[in-house]
Amino acid sequence: MNSSFFRFSSITKKIWMAFLGLFLMIFLVVHLGINLCLLRDDGGAWFTAAAHFMGTNYIVKVFEIGLFAGFIIHILLGIILQVQNWMARPVRYMVSNKTDTPFLSKYMIYTGGIVLIFLVIHFINFYFIKLGWVSNPNVSADGEPEFYTIAQQLFANPVYSILYICLFIVLGFHLNQAFQAAWQTLGINHPQYTTCIRRFGTFYAIVVPLGFIIIPFYYLFIR
Amino acid sequence: MDLILKIWRQKDAKSTGKFVTYSLKNISPNCSFLEMLDILNEQLIQKNEEPVVFDHDCREGICGMCSLYINGRPHGPDDAVTACQLHMRKFKDGDTIVIEPWRARPFPVIRDLMVDRSAFDKIIQEGGYVSVNTGGAAEANNILVGKENSELAMDAAACIGCGACVAACKNASAMLFVSAKVSQFALLPQGQVEAKQRVKKMVKMMDELGFGNCTNTYACEAECPKLISRSNIARMNREFMCAKVI
Repeated sequence: MNSSFFRFSSITKKIWMAFLGLFLMIFLVVHLGINLCLLRDDGGAWFTAAAHFMGTNYIVKVFEIGLFAGFIIHILLGIILQVQNWMARPVRYMVSNKTDTPFLSKYMIYTGGIVLIFLVIHFINFYFIKLGWVSNPNVSADGEPEFYTIAQQLFANPVYSILYICLFIVLGFHLNQAFQAAWQTLGINHPQYTTCIRRFGTFYAIVVPLGFIIIPFYYLFIR
Repeated sequence: MDLILKIWRQKDAKSTGKFVTYSLKNISPNCSFLEMLDILNEQLIQKNEEPVVFDHDCREGICGMCSLYINGRPHGPDDAVTACQLHMRKFKDGDTIVIEPWRARPFPVIRDLMVDRSAFDKIIQEGGYVSVNTGGAAEANNILVGKENSELAMDAAACIGCGACVAACKNASAMLFVSAKVSQFALLPQGQVEAKQRVKKMVKMMDELGFGNCTNTYACEAECPKLISRSNIARMNREFMCAKVI
């Protein structure tokens, strides 16, 4: 690897975006697995155990650093690339573009922005409490936040639950475009396999957000 | 056909342009789009007005000079054709047609609908060629080329460099053009000698000229009059990664 690898060209930035995006998609499955524990009627035993494991395991903590770095770099690169893209066309067309393109593919920065807003809210509701940056009454005597109680209280709020559902629908559209785009950016475009990649991306973009959406539905209508 | 044209008029690169509306009557549906503009210009000349300046040359879809953004699409409403191959039968009587120049920072407007596309030439100068020593022509069959690769290279070489990919892309990205030029050489043994330097230098120049970044909307592929495939972009990304890492 020579030193010029670190001089970021447009393609290098995009390759990092793609790698990190795929990494974040793996993390999302792990997060879904933990969240689905909320559906068990066990007083939060599984969910608390999973949250405790994620919060205390050293290997997970190492991955956590990579995860935060991944989020930050993915977001920063997305913003940098978008600003460059806006600068590349200082004078806009009078008639907006009528070219047929994949659904919402032109609006990745906006769907990504919505996900980012939710991410900030999510951090305030959970992670910042753990760090002690945000005060919450649901913290045990030994300083351990009771995430199960906090999650229950949030999902019992219809406004939060509806916003949560809307967010994951938007995330689904973001992921549907992002998955196949990431492989294209990484140079994987094959007459046979690209169709499989696109179908898997669509499958993931439906199933994973749906898994998250089930939880507020359960708390609002079933429980 | 009777038409209303809204055309971008700009005196020179430094002037502020504006849309000017013209009415045209009795245009034949069999007329080509550029012939329709010729008729308009004839009428303007007869009225002692400045004719509309637009790029054109071969008028048979191979030179890549015509560069009109018509009703929100580069080269107009027909697929896989250049503006010179577009016919008025694609429009309806009474239609309003908005004609704009390509819009991109590296493609400044020179006058009216004519833009400076020398940015593409600068990219080509960075490596869009194969260096061959002069001398006696070698026997062509000495270097074997697989049929599939020769076809893919020929498909990539079909790019006429019109800039419709840049005009269509929401980011004004030139990835389809550059990738076609990189691919046509990368696929052939003659091009592989300089492959690493070629892709690095051409991408560097593309970035320096201020083209946007590819966000995989594939508008470029959809609007390319020569149907250049997005697979070329993936190939260029592969070439670029290999050139940088290995």
